[in-house]
Amino acid sequence: MNMQSHGITPERLSNLKRLEAESIHIIREVAAEFSNPVMLYSIGKDSGVMLHLAMKAFYPSKPPFPLLHVDTTWKFREMIQFRDDTAKRLGLDLLIYTNPEGLQKNINPFDHGSSVHTHIMKTEALKQALDKYGFDAAFGGARRDEEKSRAKERMFSFRNASHGWDPKNQRPELWNLYNARVAKGESIRAFPLSNWTELDIWQYILTENIPMVPLYLAAKRPVVERDGMLIMVDDDRMKLNPGEIIQEKKVRFRTLGCYPLTGAIESDADTLPAIVREMLIARTSERQGRLIDKDESASMEKKKREGYF
Amino acid sequence: MTADVKEAAETAVTDYILAQETKDQLRFLTCGSVDDGKSTLIGRLLFDTKLIFEDQLAALERDSRKHGTVGEDIDLALLVDGLEAEREQGITIDVAYRFFATDKRKFIVADTPGHEQYTRNMATGASTADLAVLLVDARNGLLVQTRRHAFIASLLGIRHVVLAINKIDLVEYSQSRFDEIRKEFEVFANGFDFETLQAIPMSARFGDNVTARGQHMDWYSGPTLLEHLETVEVGEHALEAPFRFPVQWVNRPNLDFRGYSGTIASGRVSVGDELVVAGPAKMSRVKNIIGAGGEVPEAAAGEAVTITLEDEIDISRGDLLSTTAHRPDVADQFAAHVIWMSDEPLLPGRPYLLKIGTRTVTATVSEIKHKINVNTFEHVAGKTLELNEIAFCNFALSSAVPFDPYEANRSTGSFILIDRMSNATVGAGMIWFALRRASNIHWQALDVDKGARSEKLGQKPAVLWFTGLSGSGKSTIASIVEKKLHIDGRHTYTLDGDNVRHGLNKDLGFTDADRVENIRRVGEVARLFTDAGLITLVSFISPFQSERQLARDLMGEGEFIEVFVDTPIEICRQRDPKGLYAKADRGEIKNFTGIDSPYEAPQTPEVHLKNVDREPEDIAEEVIAYLRERGFLGS
Ligand SMILES: Nc1nc2c(ncn2[C@@H]2O[C@H](COP(=O)(O)OP(=O)(O)OP(=O)(O)O)[C@@H](O)[C@H]2O)c(=O)[nH]1
Ligand SMILES: [Mg+2]
Repeated sequence: MNMQSHGITPERLSNLKRLEAESIHIIREVAAEFSNPVMLYSIGKDSGVMLHLAMKAFYPSKPPFPLLHVDTTWKFREMIQFRDDTAKRLGLDLLIYTNPEGLQKNINPFDHGSSVHTHIMKTEALKQALDKYGFDAAFGGARRDEEKSRAKERMFSFRNASHGWDPKNQRPELWNLYNARVAKGESIRAFPLSNWTELDIWQYILTENIPMVPLYLAAKRPVVERDGMLIMVDDDRMKLNPGEIIQEKKVRFRTLGCYPLTGAIESDADTLPAIVREMLIARTSERQGRLIDKDESASMEKKKREGYF
Repeated sequence: MTADVKEAAETAVTDYILAQETKDQLRFLTCGSVDDGKSTLIGRLLFDTKLIFEDQLAALERDSRKHGTVGEDIDLALLVDGLEAEREQGITIDVAYRFFATDKRKFIVADTPGHEQYTRNMATGASTADLAVLLVDARNGLLVQTRRHAFIASLLGIRHVVLAINKIDLVEYSQSRFDEIRKEFEVFANGFDFETLQAIPMSARFGDNVTARGQHMDWYSGPTLLEHLETVEVGEHALEAPFRFPVQWVNRPNLDFRGYSGTIASGRVSVGDELVVAGPAKMSRVKNIIGAGGEVPEAAAGEAVTITLEDEIDISRGDLLSTTAHRPDVADQFAAHVIWMSDEPLLPGRPYLLKIGTRTVTATVSEIKHKINVNTFEHVAGKTLELNEIAFCNFALSSAVPFDPYEANRSTGSFILIDRMSNATVGAGMIWFALRRASNIHWQALDVDKGARSEKLGQKPAVLWFTGLSGSGKSTIASIVEKKLHIDGRHTYTLDGDNVRHGLNKDLGFTDADRVENIRRVGEVARLFTDAGLITLVSFISPFQSERQLARDLMGEGEFIEVFVDTPIEICRQRDPKGLYAKADRGEIKNFTGIDSPYEAPQTPEVHLKNVDREPEDIAEEVIAYLRERGFLGS
């Protein structure tokens, strides 16, 4: 690295190093500027990378904020296990929140459909949790390359007192000078991974050896075919429709969410390098495996205006 | 697959990934006038570098039928214009960040809007870019907006430009048209000192010279856009600049460890280097450097690290560490270029928050030296700065901050301005130089000071700032308070809005800028009187929260007492002692507070006087009681 002393032109940081440094800068900036930040932890690969970066950002201290998992109660069982192990391994505070009314009314993806379920158990639950604890900043692991309205969002994304996003009136965001000022009730969603791509994430996981939920790796799992997707039968709350049969298939997941809403792909990739190899030749985007995005073309933007991450 | 083959494939992938580790990153933006094809170009780049997945392509085809601007064809701009409003209107409103990679580099592109209204979003995209692709519609040539974007790019320190002469298909792939525009731009951009300027004729829609040459322009022998982007050498000026480290966070897990976390703004640092805290000039040596991957002997610009020092010195967030050999400027006044980004104009004298590095201070523009006409670069005089205007201004800060000229250092020479009421980001600034004037006027440390004077007068000095609507009873109440104080043997003075307007401020009118200046002067006079030990009564409508804050900031801690004379507007109107409401209703007075200009009521006044059905005497007594309780009236 000490190129200069050898008389060579100084070298620019590599892509991953630059992304890593940018993310750490943002994480520290939030911790320093806000009085009550929280890190959303959704257990997936992006959350895993974000958490790994937060551990680095404050080392040898612990991150000065808790983790929050908004639990819809429909996550894969392996995710929940992994979540609890991770918080324990790293010695971090983990808050778990479930929308109590949703729970009481037994809102679920099967009877109420993906959009009602997501709205009540995810968006509404998230807003309730943020209000309950009075968080003025919340980290999310979303990336700009995931979706076209996400590509438009700032690193520090301002939310009004009802958690809404106003995409046509975002604060200018210049250099690495982030405006952290909010009035009471308003908040900032901070996205340290904004500039990472899916490939960057996997490359980083591989080079840094970051633990991940095993569901990302191919294994024999019980699935049924429904609406053109392979849905894993993760517990006995999943009722079979007439004609559906459970098959054992070697599958893995490109993204993780509620199991009834997350499509698996058939795959042989049971190691990290194999995953990356499949991804390099993939012809569909990762979000394709999610039912919630398909409802309407502008659905993500709409959800975000309502307060979704 | 047999086990062997599988293993070999995996090793190959691992090697490939590890090789990616060293891949370079280039950040660029597309800019230029409305409809010149910026979004289409990015769409084309994504499409041609195979970054569009099958499901996204299917969605694009659906979208093109619904919102497309190119008939039956797919509209590549829709890949980038991701907001509903953008797709409906067929324009870009805010920056989109998109990503693609080739074997040589990874690219982060900011697609920025051409519309003048959204210039601030263009500046947002440009501030982090290494290179700008400036598009021109070959039919239209250079437009005002093309020039504005070129100027902003240059102002923000972008040193590499591609002049993309687009829609060449619509001028029959004409070489002479290309040459004409290229020459015009070269003359225009002569003063910009771009290190590289590459003109490329292209058709974003059909793909010529974007990633491949196409068959229409044999006369062009230069690189395609992608070839140029892959190979252009942008260097890293931050690495060559002296070491600068704005402290972001003090890392204190236990008594044995004290580290300073932050991102190295420029230069490099090694264990053992002597560092200095700008300002207080305390020095120490680097003991350890913790990088993202653990302890390292040295680190360089762009890296996020934690540094520990040999000595225990007092350092906190907002401090700037630098080498002892090359130190930054430290001053509370400087001259800077400003891009204004708010619908509310910039008013000299109005306080804003200024964030530079990791430090935030209060700042005012003390003078707009000149505005810049982006088309001709002429200097234009101006008293205020409107949305998207650019000006050269003098700034005065509430305390001295360390910085470098922007030209020498993009990180330590840049700042943003934040409105204190709305919290919006309203401006972006690039520092040119420190103003030394301030540091030469050292305050005479007189032995007879404020404390000595007030002690002699047997009172604590204060400013009673009466604010409220016209006709609310400010002057009446203030004058009773003053009489009571006088009888009580106190030393007082009253500054009344109307009286001051006849003398000290008779050159000022009622525009927003003049109102701010009005308050500033009265505030300064009140401050001098306070320094003289007096209890000063100011009776001023002072409708804006920010101006009252300005006055408050001039006084010492606890000296400013905001007295809100709270009288409903209906009652003020009924009383109308000077017949002003009647006049305003007839339209004879403009900008009348409460009629066509807002009154921002104080949120937390020290004294809140509700003036409905009460005698002025009683109300005045409330003020006296407050002063007595707080010990202003001595024994
Ligand atoms: N014939 C032709 N049309 C083009 C070319 N490039 C873009 N266009 C068309 O020009 C129109 C405007 O393109 P956009 O890409 O939306 O322009 P823009 O510069 O992004 O516009 P704003 O972001 O709103 O400033 C669209 O209808 C494009 O199809 C080109 O090279 N040739
Ligand atoms: Mg556009």
